Amino acid sequence: MNTTQKIALIDYGAGNVQSVLFALERLGFQGIVTNDVTIIQQADKVIFPGVGEASSAMQKLKSTGLDQVIPLLKQPVLGICLGMQLLCRYSEEGNTNALGIFDLDVKKFSNSVKVPQMGWNTIANLKSDLFQNISENEYMYLVHSYYVPENPFSIAQTNYGIDYASAIQKDNFYGVQFHPEKSGTAGEQILKNFLDS
Amino acid sequence: MLTKRIIPCLDIKNGRTVKGVNFLALRDAGDPVELAQKYAETGADELVFLDISATEERRRTLVDLVRNVAKTVNIPFTVGGGIASVADVSVLLQNGADKISINSAAVKNPKLVEELAKEFGSQCVVVAIDAKQIENQWIVHLVGGKQATTIDLFDWAKTVENLGAGEILFTSMDHDGTKNGFANEALAQLSSWVNIPIIASGGAGAKEHFADAFIQGKADAALAASVFHFNEIPIPELKQYLADQNIVIRKV
Repeated sequence: MNTTQKIALIDYGAGNVQSVLFALERLGFQGIVTNDVTIIQQADKVIFPGVGEASSAMQKLKSTGLDQVIPLLKQPVLGICLGMQLLCRYSEEGNTNALGIFDLDVKKFSNSVKVPQMGWNTIANLKSDLFQNISENEYMYLVHSYYVPENPFSIAQTNYGIDYASAIQKDNFYGVQFHPEKSGTAGEQILKNFLDS
Repeated sequence: MLTKRIIPCLDIKNGRTVKGVNFLALRDAGDPVELAQKYAETGADELVFLDISATEERRRTLVDLVRNVAKTVNIPFTVGGGIASVADVSVLLQNGADKISINSAAVKNPKLVEELAKEFGSQCVVVAIDAKQIENQWIVHLVGGKQATTIDLFDWAKTVENLGAGEILFTSMDHDGTKNGFANEALAQLSSWVNIPIIASGGAGAKEHFADAFIQGKADAALAASVFHFNEIPIPELKQYLADQNIVIRKV
């Protein structure tokens, strides 16, 4: 495994960047937290973290021009939580037009379940190298009120009131709804798989 | 399915765990980071750090602790105790805390809950409520339970939900320290009254109490301190027991 590769963590004021950075360090990698377009474009891997609210996050991406940069990236990109949702076309949260890499709409959980979903849930129907050495029905930590419905890009599925896509992939773009940086050793394995991709 | 969560709570004073912890072969029984890591390895689903120190140095020490925990531990954790402003929260989240919990400060200034939810998202705002039953009414108490208010538990829970709290940590002062079980009736009422997750706290003394909190009390998570710190209930054993009762739980 190449531990000297350049890993850019997109900095747009969203929470959990530090947690992702620390998780990389536990795995023996160094990441750089940045909103510098050149550094992001030249990185070997790009991680797009995110905890927070969709419309204000998109505002921040637009203010730095990153909304134009991210969809054109050619290296492996991993969107985490809100980062995954922003890779989609639209989110009901704040009625937000997002990056549109995936032609998908992000919806709010219905009130038949507690919102936010908070805690550990299983991922199943795993369909990507991202999940190498990960068992079906492994537990991941999730905290979210909005979700990506099932779709052809789905590479993992979770049930919370309904079945939804807890991970998606298209070409070099990966999105995970769960927090691999907070999901114990299984989560760390997924980060490692991404860095090996 | 979403699992029920088991949450050890660590009381922190000046960067050290307060109560004696005498198990798990710790090199340093007062080191919260080492203890946190052991809990993560043995299957805790989350951790809560409650800072009870009151010195000037308090904040700096707490921030250092949060940073060290975030570096070391690969499960989510919440930090509470004396948090009273957006700035307090910002520095804790920036250093790797996943959630913060506010208690008295929320009662004194309910707008704070709204500000925090707006600034950082509901998912990281836990409102801790200490309550005690007085003449058949659950009354919210402040300052670690020392000061009574006139506020009803259920009214307050609804208020903080509407203000954007993402979770409620409910401690029954009538049950706390008794080791006779959680306040299951109040928990069940609370759980159907609001649509955000409820963490049960106060009263854990046996494995059965956790099952009761999840089944009768409909709690989403259960928090305890001494039964874990003194290894009276090892977490792997607790989780096996809960799984045997058909409670959905994450086994490590």
